[in-house]
Amino acid sequence: MATDMTRSRSVKRPAVPPRKLALWIVLALALIIVPVTLQAAAGLGFLVRILVIVGIWVLLALGLNIVVGYAGLLDLGYIAFYAMGGYAGMLVGQAVSGRLGGATFWVVLIPAALAGTLTGLVLGFPVLKLRGDYLAIVTLGFGEIVRICLNNDLLGLSNGATGLPRGVEQVVPPWPANWLADNVRFPTPIGEFAFGTNLFWYFVVLMLIIGAIVMIRRLDNSRLGRAWVAMRENEVAAAACGINIRTQKLWAFALGAMSGGIAGVTFAYVQQFISPESFTFMESVFVVCVVVLGGMGSIPGVIVGALLIRGVPDLIQGLMVAGVIQLSGDATSMITGYRFLVFGLLMVIMMAVRPQGIIPSKRRALELHPEDDRTLAEEDMQLWDTSHRDISPDDV
Amino acid sequence: MNFTLSYLLEQTINGITLGGLYALVALGYTMVYGILLMINFAHSELFMAGGYVGLGVLKLLADPAIAKGGLSFLAPMQAFFNSGTAGFVALIAVTFLISAIVVGLMGVFIERFAYRPLRHAPRLAPLISAIGVSIFLQNAALLWISSKQLPYSRADGTSFVPAKTAFTVFGVSVSTMQIMIIVTSLLLLAFLDTFVSKTRIGKAMRATSQDREAAGLMGVNINSVIALAFFIGPALGAVAGVFNGMYYGSVKFNMGFIPGIKSFTAAVIGGIGNLRGAMLGGFLLGIIESLASGFISNAYRDVIAFIVLILVLVFRPGGLLGEAVAEKV
Repeated sequence: MATDMTRSRSVKRPAVPPRKLALWIVLALALIIVPVTLQAAAGLGFLVRILVIVGIWVLLALGLNIVVGYAGLLDLGYIAFYAMGGYAGMLVGQAVSGRLGGATFWVVLIPAALAGTLTGLVLGFPVLKLRGDYLAIVTLGFGEIVRICLNNDLLGLSNGATGLPRGVEQVVPPWPANWLADNVRFPTPIGEFAFGTNLFWYFVVLMLIIGAIVMIRRLDNSRLGRAWVAMRENEVAAAACGINIRTQKLWAFALGAMSGGIAGVTFAYVQQFISPESFTFMESVFVVCVVVLGGMGSIPGVIVGALLIRGVPDLIQGLMVAGVIQLSGDATSMITGYRFLVFGLLMVIMMAVRPQGIIPSKRRALELHPEDDRTLAEEDMQLWDTSHRDISPDDV
Repeated sequence: MNFTLSYLLEQTINGITLGGLYALVALGYTMVYGILLMINFAHSELFMAGGYVGLGVLKLLADPAIAKGGLSFLAPMQAFFNSGTAGFVALIAVTFLISAIVVGLMGVFIERFAYRPLRHAPRLAPLISAIGVSIFLQNAALLWISSKQLPYSRADGTSFVPAKTAFTVFGVSVSTMQIMIIVTSLLLLAFLDTFVSKTRIGKAMRATSQDREAAGLMGVNINSVIALAFFIGPALGAVAGVFNGMYYGSVKFNMGFIPGIKSFTAAVIGGIGNLRGAMLGGFLLGIIESLASGFISNAYRDVIAFIVLILVLVFRPGGLLGEAVAEKV
C-alpha cells in the first residue's frame, strides 16, 4: 500500500475555484458576525440561545445521519444515546467538578462520548442482524426503556423525574465562559455588547459541529464510508464482495451514538439541568425528520433540516415571548397551537413534492434505486397510454 | 406482593381485555405493513379519532343534555336508546358502526392524499409523511376539539355502559365491559381472518401483499385493495378506540400514542404482515404487560413489554408466526 500512499500524495488536489472560496469566507464571517450582532442588539439576545439549541440539534442529526443516511439503518430510538451522553456527562461532571472547576465540561466530553458509544454497541450487537423495520421498532423500544429507567431511577443515579443535578448542587460553567462574560464588553451603535454565556455556547457548539463535519467527510471518503454505501445499496452483494456487514453496521451505530452522546452532554451543560422529559420518543422522531427532510446523507441538508424543524418553531415562540411580534392574546395562542398542525401538514406536503429531501446528497443521487426501474416502467406505461387512448387500463 | 391465585386470575383477565384492544389496533398496522411494507404511524391517531367519534355519537344518541340543548328532535330517539337492554345493544351497535365507517373513511382519505403519491418514493418518505399526518391529527384534536381529557359519559356524569359485574369466577368479578371487549375483539378477528382467507377480495389482498406487481398483472386492482386495507385497519382501530374510551372512562388528544406503539410492538412480536400473528401478539403482550404490572412493577410495565419484544426478535427474528423471508437477490 506504500506505493498507493505516495501516489495519492503526489497527485495535486484540484485548486478550489475562487468563487467557492469566496463563498466559504462569506459563510465563515457570517457565522461569526451574525450571532455577535444579535448578542449586541438590545432584545435579540434570545436568538443566540435559539442558535445554540439548533446547533445541538445539528450535532445530533449529524450523528443520526451516519446511521440513517450513510448506513441506511432506521433508528427510532436515537434519543437514548443523547440521554446516555447527557446523564453520564452530568454524573461524572458533578462528581469531579469540585476538583476540576471550569475544566469539568471539557473533561466530561470524554465519558459522555464513551457512554454514547458503549450504549450503541450494547444495543447494536444483538439487534443489528434484524431487518429494517424490525430494527426501527427495537430501537424505538430501547429508547423508551432508557427513558423509563431514567424516570424511575433504576440504578439510583438519575434522580428520577426531577433530573440532575440534585437539589442544591450547581453546574459549573466551563472555562472561559465566566471570564469572557466579565471582561469582554463594549458599547456598540446598536447596544452594549457583552460576551454572554449563550454566545460562548454558540462558539462551543459551532466548534463541535465543525469537528463532526470534518470527521464525517473523512469517513465518507474512507474504506468504511464506501462499505456503508455498498451495504446500503445492496447488503447481499456487499457481503459477497467481502464486506463484514455486522462490523460495518456496528461502526455506524457506535459512531452515530458517540455523536449523540457529545450532543447530549452539551445540551445538559447548556441547560445546566437534565431530566427524562427531554428524551421522549417524539424527540427521536424529530431527529429522524431533520435527517429525512433535509436530505439523507447530506450534511448541508441536515443543517437546513435542523434550522427548519427546531429553529422555526422556537423562533416563532421566542419572537412572541420577546414581544418583537405584537399580537393580541387570541392570535398568540392560535399561532402557538397551529404551529405543530402546520408543521405536520408541511411534512406531508414536503414528502409528496420532494421525497429526497431539501438538499439531497449528491452521492445518493448517483446510486441505483429499485424505484428507477419502476419509473422507467411507468414512463413506458405512459407512452403506451398515449398511443392507446381508447383502451382503459382496467381492460388490460 | 400478594401472590394469590385469584389475583393472578384477575390480572390475566385484565390482560386479555387489554390484549383484545391491542390485537384490534395491531391488525391495522399489520395489514398496511403486509401490503405496503410501511409503518402507518398515523394509525394510533385514527385509534384516538375512533374514541372521539364514538363519544360524539354516544352523546348525540343517548345524552339527554344534548337534546335539551337545542337538538330536541333527538329526544325520541334518545328515549329509545336509553331504554332497557334492546336500546342499549342498539346504541352500542350503532356507535361502533358509525365510528368504524367514519374513521375507516378517514383512513382511505389519508392513504389517497398522503401515502399514494409516495408509493415509488424512497422507503423512508412514507414513514415521514405518516408521522406528519400523526402530528397533524393530534394537534387538530387538540385545537378543534379539546386540549383537556373528556369524560366518556353523559353530561350528568352517568356512564354510557353501566359498570356491572357480569359474573364471578373464583372470587374474581368480570365486568360486562371486559366481556364485551373480549367477545367483540375475538369475533372481529375471526371475521377478518375468514374474510382474508376465504373470500375473493381476501385472496386479492393476500396476492397483493405477496407481490404487488404480479398481482396487478393478474388483474387485481391494486389501488382498491390498498384502499380497502386502509378502510378495514382504521375501522378496527376505531372500534378499539371506542372500547378504550368506555373502558378507561375518558378520551384525550394524545391517548393514541402509547397504545399505538404497544400495538405495533404486538404486531411485530407476532410476525408483522401476518394477521393471526397480530392477534396472538396482541393478546400475549396484553397478558404479559398486565401480569408484569401486577407482580413485578407497574412503573416498569412498558420496559418489560419492550424487553419481551427485543428477546422475541433476537431469538426469532421473523416474529412468532412470521415466516423467515429469504433475501431476494
